[in-house]
This record gives sequence, C-alpha cells and structure tokens, in this order.
Amino acid sequence: MTDKPINNRAWFFVLPVLGFVLFSSIIPAMTVVNYSIQDTMGANNFFWNGDAWFRDLLNPSTEIGARFNDALFRTLAFSFTCLAIEVPLGIAMALCLPRKGWAIGIALVVMALPLLIPFNVVGTIWQIFTRQDIGLFGAALTGLGLHYNVTQDAISAWITIVVIDVWHWTPLVILLSYAGLRAIPDAFYQAARIDGASRWAIFFNIELPKLQKVLVIAVLLRFMQTFMIYTEPVVVTGGGPGSATTFLSIDLVKIALGQVDLGNAAAMSLVYYLITLTVCWVFYTIMTQIERRRDA
Amino acid sequence: MRQGLVPKFILFVYLALLMLPIYWLVNMSLRTNSDIMSGLELWPHQPTLEKYIAIFHDPSWIHAFGVSLTYVAINTVISVTVALPAAYAFNRYAFVGDKHLFFWLLTNLMAPAAVFAMPFFQLYYAIGLFDTVWAVALAHCLFNVPLAVWILEGFIGGVPREIDETAAIDGYSFPRFFVRIFLPLIANGIGVTAFFCFMFSWIEELLATTLTSANALPFAAVMTRAYSVSGMDWSLLSAAGVLTMIPGAVVIWFVRNHIARGFALGRV
Repeated sequence: MTDKPINNRAWFFVLPVLGFVLFSSIIPAMTVVNYSIQDTMGANNFFWNGDAWFRDLLNPSTEIGARFNDALFRTLAFSFTCLAIEVPLGIAMALCLPRKGWAIGIALVVMALPLLIPFNVVGTIWQIFTRQDIGLFGAALTGLGLHYNVTQDAISAWITIVVIDVWHWTPLVILLSYAGLRAIPDAFYQAARIDGASRWAIFFNIELPKLQKVLVIAVLLRFMQTFMIYTEPVVVTGGGPGSATTFLSIDLVKIALGQVDLGNAAAMSLVYYLITLTVCWVFYTIMTQIERRRDA
Repeated sequence: MRQGLVPKFILFVYLALLMLPIYWLVNMSLRTNSDIMSGLELWPHQPTLEKYIAIFHDPSWIHAFGVSLTYVAINTVISVTVALPAAYAFNRYAFVGDKHLFFWLLTNLMAPAAVFAMPFFQLYYAIGLFDTVWAVALAHCLFNVPLAVWILEGFIGGVPREIDETAAIDGYSFPRFFVRIFLPLIANGIGVTAFFCFMFSWIEELLATTLTSANALPFAAVMTRAYSVSGMDWSLLSAAGVLTMIPGAVVIWFVRNHIARGFALGRV
C-alpha cells in the first residue's frame, strides 16, 4: 500500500464504477433526504418541515421514537447474539476442516450451499422445517415436550430466527477462517512442534493472531448482514408474534411501503444508514491499521 | 498438521445438520400435499415428480426462471467489466481521494436494501425501466460493483508490479498489456468475482420484487403463488425452492478451490 506511483489519470479507470454506483446510490439517497425534511398534505403537495421528523424519531417519548428505539434494540441484540455464536463456531469448524485431501472440496461445496439459496427460499425452508405438523425441527421439539410455536410464542420465534441465521451464515465465517488458516506456512507448525507447543498454545499464539484480519472482515460482514436482516423473519414470523421479531428493516418497510408514512420512514432510513456508516468506518479503520502494521 | 478422528467426526455431524433442512425441503418436494398432511415421513415412501413436471409445463414459471437468470447475467457482466479497470487503478496507483473513494464503495456494499426500496421504485418508475430486467440488473449494481472492485483489488494485489513494468519496457501498449497479459494472470480472480456477483444477485429478493410487477417477476417472487386461498401448496413451494438452489450448486462447483479466498474479499 505504501510506495504506489501517484497518477491522477487513474481516475479515468474509476469513472465507470463511479457512474454506476452514483446512479444507484446518490439519486435514491437524495430522494430520502428530500422526504426527510418535508411534510405533505397529500396530492403531492410538499412543504418544508425542518428537522421535525428527526426530533420525533430520536425522542423516545413519541410513538415513532419509542418504536424506533425498540426496533433498534431488538436488531442490536440480534446482531450480537448471532455474532457470539457464529464467530466461535466458525473458527472451531474451520479448525476441523482437513488441510488437504479429497474430502476438502466436497466439504467446501456442501458448506457453501446454504449461502447460495435465495433469502426468501431460506425463509420457506425454515417455515416448513419448523412447523409442528409437517416440519422435522418443529415436530422433534414438540415431541420432546418443549413448548415450541413460531407464530405464537415470542421466545420460540426469536430463537428460530437466530437458528436460521446461524445455519445460513456460519459457513461464511468458516470459509473466511479456513482461507486465513491456509495462509499460515507449514514452517510455523513445524517450529511449534519442535518447541513442544500444546494444541492450545498453537491456537492462541499462531493461529488466532494470523486469523485477525479475516476475522475483522467476518465480523464486519456478519454484523452488517444481521443488522439489515429482512427477508427471513418476514417469511417465517412476519415480524411477530406482536413485534417480537420486527427488526429495523422490517419496521422501515412497514412504515414506508405499508403506511406510506414518507417523512418518518425517510428520517428513519437516514439514521439507520448513519449507524451502518459509523460501524463500517470503525471496522475499515481497524482493517487498514492491521494492513499497515503488517506492511511495516 | 495432523488431525485425529474427533475433528473429522465433529465436522461430519456439522455438515449433516447443515444439510438437514435442505434434505427436508427435497423430501417435501417429492411428496403430494395429501401425503404431506397425512403425517411425518423421514423419507418419501411414494416419491413423485408431479410438482416438478407441473412447473416445467407452466410457461409462467419458465419465464420467471429466465427473467431471474437474465438480470443476474446482465448484472454480473456489468459489474465485472466496470470493476476491472477500477480495481487495477486502486491497486497500482495513488490518486487524489483514492482512500475515501474506496471506503465510500464499501459503504454501498453495506447499505440496507430496505433503505433503498422506496426511492428505487420511484427512480426506475420515473425513467421507465420499472418492471424490466434492466431495473433489477442496475439496482443490484449498488452492491455488486463495489463487491467486485473489492475482490478484484485483492486478487490484483497478488500479481507483482514488476510484470506491468516489464511489459511496458517490452513495448506493450497499455490496453494490449491489460487484455493479453494481465487478464489471463487474474483469471481465477475474475472467475471468483463473477461467481460472487452471480450469487448476491441471485439470492437478493427485496429489491428484485420491489422493482417488478408482472413482466419481469423473478422466480423467487412467483413462488408466492403457492400461498393460495385454498391453503398452502407445500409440495409446489418445496419443488420451486429446490429448483432455485440448482444454479448456485452448479456454479459453485467450478470455483470450489477459490471460494474461500473470494469470501475473504481476495485479501488473504
């Protein structure tokens, strides 16, 4: 990253990308900004509304503010739960993967399969799988005498969404960790064996430090994806029971497309987007720091 | 590193659990609805391909499948083509604003689709592309173009800069060098990038359904037809679900040796 030649004509190479991404991001973003500072009396009559939508949104004593607060809390709780399960599980499974041999190709393909299923089909799979009458998972849990009902019991619904996310996305963490593990030269392991290092010592002193970079990517991707989860809960629980699984994206779509409450939806979009942007920036900074330290 | 039997066993159990929901879907798709409702069966006792045949004989399903593949293909071609020179520029040169631009691209990759659903609808309606494959293909560029730039940049970083310099000394013009020498060197990276663009466009559903209504309805959206007034057509829903997994399973086989690196955005 350090001694690259300075060449501002490189901008010409970037222009096509800029064109495509700007078209898809700036114009819609301006639409949202536009709605967030205006109010309407219907019939396309908009007038200036200042920061009123934002003040409502960030004030927990208003209806929309309370709703936003709850949804944000639910989404964050969901993101952290998923990360806490997926990252350790992903690392553990990556360590179990053989380093060579015929089995590795098959294991990788099988593992990547859930990642290639359209989101709403993932929802459908689990909608069927968790039903008590025709689904194996639902029937098995009910058979064990557990109180399990996705559409009526909030705890069941919540756990189900977490299980779906773990099922769907842990393979991503495994693949990332596996890529990181494979980049460790054999010499490191040989040196450790000569020193008589234990398995734990190898893990904490060699593997974990080398995984640092891929793990930052994994945490970033997983945080973002869980933070914007939409389709799976919509298909499986519909955001319910009540609003137990109404995450930010779902609430936003309900307000914007369901109630056509454009001002509130737009203000919420922007705040939502700013949160993602901030988290993104933090991780990006950490990532470039790690890269710089390695280059130095 | 030598491994005992325990890790292999754990891995095997994990993979089996991973496949279980998918197996259940396949199981459902091979049974009739009355058979499904009559009770739990761990495997289909009287397997039937009835619903698959029904789907293949219904032009609207076939049309939707074609639509999905079309916008995915258009999007993949656009994303990889425009990302290639940009990724090269980011990796090889320093220029004004390069770091900020790179970060900005990343933020688009992370943009929640729900935020963009409503404005996208208005935008594509206004320019007359609503309900066409182009609307979906262009909308998916929002996250696929940045993704392609990121992965390709990682792979391009693996090619030593000396190669560029040697080619220049040997009298290659830049376009000729790029197409004849450079592209073959990062062929793996291009393959993996195309695979990822394919994948993310194929699995995305919120934008694809928001931007279409009748002509360009994606396959995944047609599936809602199984939710009818007369109750759920579980068997049909399962069969359609199984069909959506096939394109992914086919393409992944070709890139299986490189997917791990691709998921790491090329930077391992």
